[in-house]
Amino acid sequence: MSARLINWKVYLAVGIGGMIGAVGRYSISLLFDNRFLFPVETLIANFIGCFLLSFILNSVWIKKRIPQEISTGLTAGVIGAFTTFSTFAVETVTLSYHHLFLSFCYVFISIIGGLILCYLGYRLANKRQENI
Amino acid sequence: MNFILVAIGGFVGSILRFYISIKLNKRLIGTWIANISGSVLMAFSIFFYSIHVLNESHWLFLGVGLCGSYTTFSTFGNEALQLILNNNMKAAIRYIISTLFISILVIISILVLLGYKF
Repeated sequence: MSARLINWKVYLAVGIGGMIGAVGRYSISLLFDNRFLFPVETLIANFIGCFLLSFILNSVWIKKRIPQEISTGLTAGVIGAFTTFSTFAVETVTLSYHHLFLSFCYVFISIIGGLILCYLGYRLANKRQENI
Repeated sequence: MNFILVAIGGFVGSILRFYISIKLNKRLIGTWIANISGSVLMAFSIFFYSIHVLNESHWLFLGVGLCGSYTTFSTFGNEALQLILNNNMKAAIRYIISTLFISILVIISILVLLGYKF
């Protein structure tokens, strides 16, 4: 198979993954329906995505068994599109206009929580490796 | 129909982000550029949606689908964690703070200059 063809397949996998991720994020936002002052739907999507991405990227088990196009489609596609930075940033700005303190909390919880979940995903992936 | 619009936006946004990260060959700067430029596009989208230049369908495609998928939080978090695990705390803080400050500052500037009604 030529390199160009593989390349094309990876892009397609990322695109299809992106469709799934975006629809997943949109579905979560429909579940919450602006009932909270705090943009919980973005927070939940970002937290789940941070954990899963970190786990998949660090898992040797997954690397060995899943073809590269599929795993790139899953990481750069599904999880990349499922989590969002632009919505997070715009929500922070619109929230800050009426609730400045709440917007600071939102940023703090998103960043620190996101890092902690990335770390937990990393630890879990390494733990699994020890058992294999 | 709404789901299809979000999905098409997600398709385009993810490929754009992936293309940038491949072309720049450095993941960190690719994510940085995607997140900040996506935030700029998001600020314009939400403004034009608020004054009804964009309708609900446009918003679902452009805001929720495209901008939402073009930018990413999970890669951003993982890259920051990698820097921390490599004992490069300074770079991690620089990466997080610069992405946050620049994107938020740019969004505030755009929304205030355009006269967005908060």
